[in-house]
Amino acid sequence: MSDPIWIVRDYERCTGCRRCELACSIHHDGWMWPEASRVRIFMPFPGVEVPHLCAQCDDYPCVESCPVDALSVDEKTTAVIVDRDACTSCGKCIEACPGDVPTLHPGDNKANICDLCDGDPECVKVCHEARYDALRLVHERMSKNRKLFARDPIDVAKDIAVKLFGEKGEEVI
Amino acid sequence: MPGGYAGKFLDVDLSKEKVKDTVIDDETLEAYFGGRGLGTKILWDRIGKKWSKVDALGPDNIFMALTGPMTGIYPGGRICCTGKSPVSNGTVGSTASTEFAPELKMAGYDGVLVTGKASSPVYILVTDDGGEIRDASHIWGKVGEETIKILNKEVVDELTDRKPNIGRWREPGTIYIGPAGENMVRNAAVMSKICHAAGYGGYGAVMGSKNLKAIAAKGRGSLPKVFAPEAVKLLWKKVHEGTISRDAFRRQGTGYAGWSVGANTSSEPVRNWQEEWHDERSMGGPMFETRYWVKKYWADFNCTTSCMKISCIKSGKWKGDITDMPDYELQAYCGTNFGIFDAGDTIHMSALIDNLGHSGINGPNTMAFAAELYQRGILKEEDFGFKIEWGDAEAFTKLAWLIAKREKIGDILAEGTYRAAKKIGEMRGVDCMPYAIHVKGIEIGAHGTRSDVDYTHDISYAASVQGGDHTSIASDGFREMTGAVFSDSGVYCNFCGASTDIIFDYAKAITGYHMSVDSWRRWNGPRIITLQKALLLLGGPDVVWEPIKDDDNPPRFYEPLPSGPYKGKTTDKALVESKRATYYETLGWDERGIPTKETLDRLDLGDVEPSMKKLRK
Repeated sequence: MSDPIWIVRDYERCTGCRRCELACSIHHDGWMWPEASRVRIFMPFPGVEVPHLCAQCDDYPCVESCPVDALSVDEKTTAVIVDRDACTSCGKCIEACPGDVPTLHPGDNKANICDLCDGDPECVKVCHEARYDALRLVHERMSKNRKLFARDPIDVAKDIAVKLFGEKGEEVI
Repeated sequence: MPGGYAGKFLDVDLSKEKVKDTVIDDETLEAYFGGRGLGTKILWDRIGKKWSKVDALGPDNIFMALTGPMTGIYPGGRICCTGKSPVSNGTVGSTASTEFAPELKMAGYDGVLVTGKASSPVYILVTDDGGEIRDASHIWGKVGEETIKILNKEVVDELTDRKPNIGRWREPGTIYIGPAGENMVRNAAVMSKICHAAGYGGYGAVMGSKNLKAIAAKGRGSLPKVFAPEAVKLLWKKVHEGTISRDAFRRQGTGYAGWSVGANTSSEPVRNWQEEWHDERSMGGPMFETRYWVKKYWADFNCTTSCMKISCIKSGKWKGDITDMPDYELQAYCGTNFGIFDAGDTIHMSALIDNLGHSGINGPNTMAFAAELYQRGILKEEDFGFKIEWGDAEAFTKLAWLIAKREKIGDILAEGTYRAAKKIGEMRGVDCMPYAIHVKGIEIGAHGTRSDVDYTHDISYAASVQGGDHTSIASDGFREMTGAVFSDSGVYCNFCGASTDIIFDYAKAITGYHMSVDSWRRWNGPRIITLQKALLLLGGPDVVWEPIKDDDNPPRFYEPLPSGPYKGKTTDKALVESKRATYYETLGWDERGIPTKETLDRLDLGDVEPSMKKLRK
């Protein structure tokens, strides 16, 4: 498998258990810390759960926007890597992201972006263990399609609501 | 400080509009753990001495939303709502699964204690910066769905305004009440996530009495640090392996029981428990799933059991109704107990009951009680303004609103089954108690005792300090202490259970306490139950239960089952009496169920003795 990896998100399969957030933060921060997680589940209405994480856009607007070159691309995985020492917490990467994905870490206040766990993402593992597979690893070449997933999570939620609830879904969020 | 606790509680006085942080000493935390246990202790310390004078719906009562040291860290995070119960006049540890619980901890709080009464509707917002009281007049009167929609947006907008540069804010975790709670329908629930409820005890009415519409929490901190993090991480994986292996339950939840409990164990309420058997396959699990389930696996925080599913009605007269499966309890109470044997009608009734903030078991229990009084001619069409026939979902829809708004006979029915039975009995000169299915005011969950083949038996409800609560039944006064008494105090979900040994290893690794299964069965559990029993016996001001006499099942549970495979069977009264006596003895209560002086001393409850002495005469 020489193709880079990518995390497919299957919104309807997400149960909202948020174990991905726990696994992510245990891996990166040593303890259960959902708001420090690089994947976050938005749940603006019960039943509408939206896993929100970096889509690794082909043109990396976040990397481009960084004024101090703190962001780079991992050539093997295509993940965005943050140099936390260089990051000045300016928030430009958040503004540049078409999906509003990055956050400033609630601990060190540095840019917080999915690093694909160096090729073996913890979130995918726990989701698969639970047989939800809402997050699933695929090997695929870089594609413009990725950027379509870098979307405002509430916009995504509004779509999912209609898909689940029909006409009623138009009014719940 | 022991692990698993955020370290402080938010103390809110709504009358004085004051908010402050309170710390509870380590010794109390170790003895009472959290949730139900700690809540009972706080109530005793703060209002125990004047208990029988405290109106549960008055400003002196304390509404509490408490986590425990295991909340969020152990699979299946829940919140425990408690306070003086306006239904039993004792206390109930009433829990609900909700992100509100872990969010509260991540904001740095183990619980919220609310006293007083706001001069106008408010909600409380808890963040890393502390607690604040906010105006809720714009959401007062709104049903559950609307409340969630408005609050989620409003809180996210507010937090974004305050800290705009840290990235996208997520919605808070929220508990709230519907119109039923606002209007102090005595058995109303505290709600979350449209269909999750802390149902038993009437704490929705307590929130309503304080003009408190909701509490929302959003934290950016981690879950609390624990005593042995590496052990917790291993146990976390192990418990999830267990829950994940329970295939059938994960796939079906309790939502496949609507037919099977009626048909197999014959312990499902049908038409206000006039029967407990039916063979209506129209209520079977597949009837819900194939037509209405839009999400097959739905979970709460840190849960892989996912016993919940999402149902939505997309066509026909109930189009747009959304609820969970519904789970078994509401299939029974919003279905068979109304004489409704149709999946769509049941989903509609469940969605409505939840949206109004009725407790899905207790509110419909009272509604079916009213329908039986109508059937018997004790209540008439003019009392309701409409006819109320079994199986008529439109009539029961009107009745749900009538009670939530306290209109016409709804004003009396809003007092809950027991009080309504008393009042209507006086009004009409007829004894209505034979039709009131409750124990010490708490309407009984959807598992009967007459067939004796369900998990509920003779003294399950009769001897329980939480009355008709099917989630915390009395059994042997010993092993039960590491069941619901423990999970309601650690505050996690029973449906994410593991072996008792693993659960206790988990609890020890979180807290660092020198605790054991044995110490909980001999000391901690009995201490909590005994204190709950004392407060229940003190009761008041409007109702005081009679020792031993009221530790009994409702009359209907002694009538022979009229139909089904267990026709003729009924609850064995002699067995109830002998097991009740053994139960008292095991717990060190006297022959009338009053804790003895020796027991109170042994459990470090010596200061309860003066009030119990008076009861012993």
